[in-house]
Amino acid sequence: MAWVDTILQGILLGGLYALFATGLSLIFGVMRLVNLAHGDFSILAAFIAVVAVETLDLNPLLALIVVAPVMAGAGYALQRLVLNRLLGRGVLPAVLVTFGLSIVIQNALLEIFSADSHRLNPGGIETASLPLGGGLAVGWFPLLTFAVAVLLLVTLQLVIRRSAIGRAFRAASDDGPTAALMGIDTGRLYAVAMALSLAIVAVAGIFLGIRTTFAFSSGPDRLLFAFEAVIIGGLGSLWGTLVGGVILGIAQTTGARISPGWGVLSGHLVFLAVLLLRPSGLFATSRRIH
Amino acid sequence: MSAQHTSLLRVRGLSAFYGPFQALFDVSLDVADGETVAVIGANGAGKSTFLRALAGALPVPPGAVELAGRPVGGRPAPALVELGVVLVPEGRRIFPSLTVRENLLVGAYRRRPGPWTVERVCELFPILGQRRDQPGTNLSGGEQQMLAVGRGLMANPRLLLVDEISLGLAPLVVKTLYRGLEAVKAEGTTLLVVEQDVTQVLAVAQRVYCFRKGAVALEGKPARLTREQISAAYFGT
Repeated sequence: MAWVDTILQGILLGGLYALFATGLSLIFGVMRLVNLAHGDFSILAAFIAVVAVETLDLNPLLALIVVAPVMAGAGYALQRLVLNRLLGRGVLPAVLVTFGLSIVIQNALLEIFSADSHRLNPGGIETASLPLGGGLAVGWFPLLTFAVAVLLLVTLQLVIRRSAIGRAFRAASDDGPTAALMGIDTGRLYAVAMALSLAIVAVAGIFLGIRTTFAFSSGPDRLLFAFEAVIIGGLGSLWGTLVGGVILGIAQTTGARISPGWGVLSGHLVFLAVLLLRPSGLFATSRRIH
Repeated sequence: MSAQHTSLLRVRGLSAFYGPFQALFDVSLDVADGETVAVIGANGAGKSTFLRALAGALPVPPGAVELAGRPVGGRPAPALVELGVVLVPEGRRIFPSLTVRENLLVGAYRRRPGPWTVERVCELFPILGQRRDQPGTNLSGGEQQMLAVGRGLMANPRLLLVDEISLGLAPLVVKTLYRGLEAVKAEGTTLLVVEQDVTQVLAVAQRVYCFRKGAVALEGKPARLTREQISAAYFGT
């Protein structure tokens, strides 16, 4: 029974990792941009939530209504003013710029919020649990996290498959210059993709901040887990991203059960195993989003 | 405006560059509203560069290109699509992640009003209707070219620029494609067609420009030009 519990917790943790990974996967899929500041953006969102909670006296879950649009706006501006200038010159310029951005965000957070750990308190839900019988119980909060992750992925998948902007995302992903010839303003489209990506990572950051403590330097770890989830699942596949997150979550909870220090390590080992045995990931069908 | 019929596209002294290389030299050309004009010339004569410059894929000075009396040179491609200037690019450039139907819908991204819908395009090229849910690149070369033309039509263009529509295709398929262009012409759409295959295009075009080494070498009505004149302009003999 304890093992069932471990795996169940792992699956739910995977929902959180999928949230981190989705935004990363989306912008890589649409414009081949690797955003090394992705994790730091999630922590930035969590800190903005801290401010929103204090100044507006909001529940952190409600603070999302403020934080997600703020992050989306920041993403739109960042893409238009900075990142669009780097596209079409290979992967490296964007990697360097987002790496620099990661350092800037961390130091700005250190300056403003000090090195102290912070936590978001939603007022009870984070400790409440749902008994499943047989001594098993799942926390309401991990369950909510997982449900939100699945809901966001399903919605995003529907947008990409069914809507005009989703078709534009896929067309630009295939061939940006030809998409422009069809009337698609790719600069604006990429900015919309980045806005979406950062709105999703804002959700991830706030859920993380409720689940555990965070500090100015928590971003790079989040980026690493997000990368691992994306690579395990296969680049470009949103469902793969969810499965990748779940596999990473199970690996970590299982490792931690064997010995408390082994959680993160066993996650990395599973990631390396997938990289060795199936370098393109479990569900990759192509480099494109679909 | 003067008594001469209205010029939809007016190009004056257009020069264009690929990096340091000049690809077009002082090209002037007119296309009247509703007219079908052909641009012919050998490989490397600058025909495709010319169309790409008109479609906003290359930087050109604003005054060099006028659309219905407005200077539009150098505007980005999406802005030109909004004005109704649409390119069917060389090599078809079908989006592989999209189905046939989705490729057509991407053509209608700007939602310009007009006669062309997925249904109308599928009437024009019935094979596209039969294959609507297959990936666009599953089609044969000729079918992909029909899809590329259909995708361009979905933007409801005022001026459709068609680049090397017959390149590498069997004569029968080329015939089907040109029948399609005739139907487009009958709809009142203005066409500027680039071709290497002279015979087909001279049958549909009202006027023809022959390019050589990035400049206009000959201009006239096909019926009034002799084979010798065309081949002299084409090959520079």
